[in-house]
Amino acid sequence: MLYDIFIDPFVQMYDMPDFFLQVLWEGFVAGILYALIALGFVLIFKASGVFNFAQGIMVVFAGLTLVGLNENGVPAYLALILTIGVMGVLAYGVERVVMRPLVNQPEIILLMATIGLTYFLIGFGEFVFGGEPKQMITEQLGLPTGSTAFEIGDRGLIILQHIDIAAAVIAILMVAALGIFFNKTRIGRALRAVADDHQAALSVGISLNQIWAIVWFAAGLVALATGIMWGARSDVSFALEIVAFKALPVLILGGFTSIPGAIVGGLIIGFGEKIGELYWGGLVGGGIESWLAYIIALIFLLFRPQGLFGERIIERI
Amino acid sequence: MNAFAIETDPAPSDQTVIVERDLLLSVDNVSLAFGGVKAITDISFNIEKGEIRAIIGPNGAGKTSMLNVINGFYHPQEGTITWQGKVRRKMKPYEAASQGIARTFQNVALFTGMTTLDNIMSGRSLKMHRNFFWQLLWRGPAEREEIEHRRKVEDIIDFLEIQAIRKTPVGKLPYGLQKRVELGRALAMEPELLLLDEPMAGMNLEEKEDMSRFILDVNREFGTTIALIEHDMGVVMDLSDRVVVLDYGKKIADGPPEEVQASQDVIDAYLGVSH
Repeated sequence: MLYDIFIDPFVQMYDMPDFFLQVLWEGFVAGILYALIALGFVLIFKASGVFNFAQGIMVVFAGLTLVGLNENGVPAYLALILTIGVMGVLAYGVERVVMRPLVNQPEIILLMATIGLTYFLIGFGEFVFGGEPKQMITEQLGLPTGSTAFEIGDRGLIILQHIDIAAAVIAILMVAALGIFFNKTRIGRALRAVADDHQAALSVGISLNQIWAIVWFAAGLVALATGIMWGARSDVSFALEIVAFKALPVLILGGFTSIPGAIVGGLIIGFGEKIGELYWGGLVGGGIESWLAYIIALIFLLFRPQGLFGERIIERI
Repeated sequence: MNAFAIETDPAPSDQTVIVERDLLLSVDNVSLAFGGVKAITDISFNIEKGEIRAIIGPNGAGKTSMLNVINGFYHPQEGTITWQGKVRRKMKPYEAASQGIARTFQNVALFTGMTTLDNIMSGRSLKMHRNFFWQLLWRGPAEREEIEHRRKVEDIIDFLEIQAIRKTPVGKLPYGLQKRVELGRALAMEPELLLLDEPMAGMNLEEKEDMSRFILDVNREFGTTIALIEHDMGVVMDLSDRVVVLDYGKKIADGPPEEVQASQDVIDAYLGVSH
């Protein structure tokens, strides 16, 4: 038994490096997608202290809008631009109708409001585009399909799906773009200012309403990218919303307010989950992928309650 | 106020001559209550262009509430505020800021995760106009604008003598320097009226002297009108042109420092009086 837990998996990793690398790659790709979802949460949480329960459904909604428009005869690229527009309108609407009337209310109220928003988006999405799963328009968007096999010396080969490589590249570009935006521009600075101190931000004339609309829009863009990538791997359906809750352990691990935290957290969960499932899962009959993430997050919490990159909580007494 | 460079010989100001000044702000019969608690009761006073106006009073007198009313954090139930000739019941903080009212806070309210430079740059938010889409591009016009404003901010940094901490996250700075950075952020807004809430609280003598010098320089060189709350009476008497005294949300005295100092009501408020 001890041999099975502590020795055998490592022996396997050594004996079959191609399989191990394949698992690592799968973990990497899953991790990046988790990180993207978590990023959407972090953006909104940072700027407004609101845990946006609707982030998962925004992913579905964005994907559904894109595919739905295309099905109705809109060319793929135009549909993409229109979908970005729809996310912008959604952001403006949420700020106007949900955030602004509830400003200064306790956070739990805002959380409830985002749950309401979730149900609104589910209903609205189904009403407009129907409830059945849809195929992502991967090829029409010019995203690569197919796969390439790499030889690893004489030890076997690993297979990389092109769409996964594209997902990784797009995710990295997106994170880099967000990083530059937040650190180098006026609006980015205003956004960090709002995250730090609402009152002081107001006093220098930063408009909270504008900033909130912008973060919701940014979260919407992240949701769209996530929707496309997840959609390309499975289908675009409301079941995707569940995947969004994988972001919870990522957030706990990375810290709710940290963009690097979301990325590192996502990767740790992605790797941990795949490696755990394939090397240790068999010991308990498999299927540990669905809950292992929470265990990993709990273990990290024991040592760093604020998350890996979270702001240290120091209460002056 | 376009240049922040320090002139070598500051213009002599003669305190004894009474100067006729224009009204910048006038507060008329303002009352503010939180539920049943009355923070401010029927207060009227004004601030003239170019003066240093002190608001003093014992703890809980309503001084900070008054400042919050002026810059729009609180909306009074009664009374009006006249700002540059326009009468209003309430202001939004955003409007107050865009019309030239800047402030600092009693408990330093800086963006602690950001550097000194970024903090002061954030004070220029309203002066920068390139919109969201230019910002997304970042290079080109938005970047040029950034550089232009950076120059102004560097002038402020020189003026406040905080060059060495330009890139330090402000959360790591000692309290006295944080107060200075906060003043810098307010100055970056190039305000008409600068509200300072206890700019010298918790400072040692040397820091107080520095801060007093900055306040006087801002007032004399840039002509910025300043309203300040301060507990250090020595500082108040030295700096201010006129003083308004509050106690339990009511105005008990208003006038030049010497006059206020001699007022029996003020002495009673500070020292207590047997009834």
